[in-house]
Amino acid sequence: MSRKILFVTTDQQRYDTLGCNGGELARTPVVDALAAQGIRYERAIPQSVVCMPSRSTMLTGQYPTTHGVWMNGVPLPIDAPSVAADLHRNGYRTALIGKAHFEPFMDAFGRFTENTLARSGEPTAQRPWADGSVGPHRGFDHLEFATHGAAGSLHYAQWIGTQHPEAVGMFYAPIDSSWNVSAIGGGDTNAPQVKANPIPRDWYHTDWVADRTIAWLDGLDADDDWFCWMSFPDPHHPWDPPESEMARVDWHDVPLPAGYPATAAERERILDNKPAHWRKWYDGELVSNYEAPKEWVPATLTADQVREVNARNAVECELIDEALGRVLRAIEAKGWTDDVDVIFTTDHGELQGDFGLLFKGPYHVDGLMRLPLIWRPAPSAGMKPAVVTTPVGLVELAPTFCAIAGIDAPEYLQASALPVDDKDALTRAKDHVLTEWDSELWGVAVHLRTITVDGWVCTAYRPGYVHDGTEGELYHLADDPLQQHNRWSDPTVAAVQSDLVARLHDLQPVAHDPRLDVEAPV
Amino acid sequence: MATVRRQIIINRTPDDVYAVLGDPATIADWFPGVVSATVDGNARVITTGSGLPMTEEIVTNDAIQRRFQYRLAPGFIRDHLGTIDVFDLGDGHSLVSYATDCEPAALALMIGGATGNALKEVKRQLEGQGPRAEKT
Repeated sequence: MSRKILFVTTDQQRYDTLGCNGGELARTPVVDALAAQGIRYERAIPQSVVCMPSRSTMLTGQYPTTHGVWMNGVPLPIDAPSVAADLHRNGYRTALIGKAHFEPFMDAFGRFTENTLARSGEPTAQRPWADGSVGPHRGFDHLEFATHGAAGSLHYAQWIGTQHPEAVGMFYAPIDSSWNVSAIGGGDTNAPQVKANPIPRDWYHTDWVADRTIAWLDGLDADDDWFCWMSFPDPHHPWDPPESEMARVDWHDVPLPAGYPATAAERERILDNKPAHWRKWYDGELVSNYEAPKEWVPATLTADQVREVNARNAVECELIDEALGRVLRAIEAKGWTDDVDVIFTTDHGELQGDFGLLFKGPYHVDGLMRLPLIWRPAPSAGMKPAVVTTPVGLVELAPTFCAIAGIDAPEYLQASALPVDDKDALTRAKDHVLTEWDSELWGVAVHLRTITVDGWVCTAYRPGYVHDGTEGELYHLADDPLQQHNRWSDPTVAAVQSDLVARLHDLQPVAHDPRLDVEAPV
Repeated sequence: MATVRRQIIINRTPDDVYAVLGDPATIADWFPGVVSATVDGNARVITTGSGLPMTEEIVTNDAIQRRFQYRLAPGFIRDHLGTIDVFDLGDGHSLVSYATDCEPAALALMIGGATGNALKEVKRQLEGQGPRAEKT
């Protein structure tokens, strides 16, 4: 019998939303306890700051350039590597419950297996998979999908539609009549993607994901080895948690984030020191990410709207923490705790008021790039608690799962397992993390390559719609933790800049050939 | 109006290629996610894998220029024009272009996003690998 793995992901959650990471708004005692017992990573970095590329990296152990999902809307090839498949082949029972998003949601033709599976009500693919076998999809024996509401045909939406049809209209409608991500405001402050949701808490997708996870675990034999990816859709926008829970955090009392410049003049001064697409988005002149509401102008964001968004976000984080607590109690009741590794992380962050912005996009700063990552090894493994300050990447998750399971690392992996402490990172010369952004939307192309190493974050821009390829960003994380002072053109650090750009160039992973098409907006 | 264009080179003569793409009734054989199609004069009704029926007007079917154009009926799609062109590259090769012009823009990507795979399927079939086994 091997160690079992509970892999917990959230969607679009910042590092500083956890108590163990210094967050003071949301109470997260369950994750905090896991951190105290295990390994807390202080600088975990995604390889992409949007969902589909980042989630594909978690599954494949490859960089987006290599697995080919270079932006949202590009489906992960059906024959892409999958760590779940390797675990499955090595005797693990495998499940993904919640948000997958390796394939687009928007699917008028019903072409994508995730959507087809959900519509059919089947928990596994009843068609030949990449290796010719019939059954698992991407190596998962069992799949139950959810996303950010009750629209569409995923399992959660079907459950709400059939069991609680009166709740379908309670959620925020994330897509407007033009099929763009909606800019419609709500709540007390008319903040975008906010709605008071009257849904009862136990009908909300956070509790549904936990319920379905517990149900799957209950169906396993006591000596089964298992890998369960429990994937909460929150705290990604829309920010519409059950209104019954909003008394937990009064938005009027929420402090403005340190990264929110107090005045418009200060915001504009900071943005003007960055490449042009920052200010153009702020002014409503350029949208380079489909998931940023096209009709919303960030310059209109008010301090109270930031407070309300962050209050709702905090409530969503608390609900996730409590749902995870229920699952851990179910695992305890089965007598498995000593043999279960728990890894908690997210796919990317959220700006949440930093620089006067919300949502995400081609902006490689801590709001989007510094993620919560906690690994509580199985107590039976006897590993010591630690805090890892060395930068690590989500590309290291798949090899970590293999290491936990005791299986040889497949050749397709592009990284090694997470370090268990800083000494381990030093011994294995793990010192840098790469992040990339590529998008091409209605003629607007943005291409970024970033390296985080030696306390610096360096982003080089490739030619695009508003960039000529000479632009960049350079921040020293200790001196400028809010990344408000771009030193790309600072002559006093020119040698640092040129060294980091050279390393960035040399370290680029092999590209998927041919380049894959964008097949849907998201 | 948003535009999405996909293209592919097929190792068959343009007449061979247009014999498929210019026959509106065959679309379910090569367009991923189209499970059935009926044609009545200039009207074509397709049904997608998600169960969605879509009514289309065939506006051009020109075997001389090898151009096929169709419009999805207005509804949640405000405006649409699909254009397939087959060009002769000589030596038995053809270039096929499949353009989707659509409003709202997001739907251009959702509809046009499938056309690349449609062209790959046409190429696969015409280059001798037979009809596809399934239509989803």
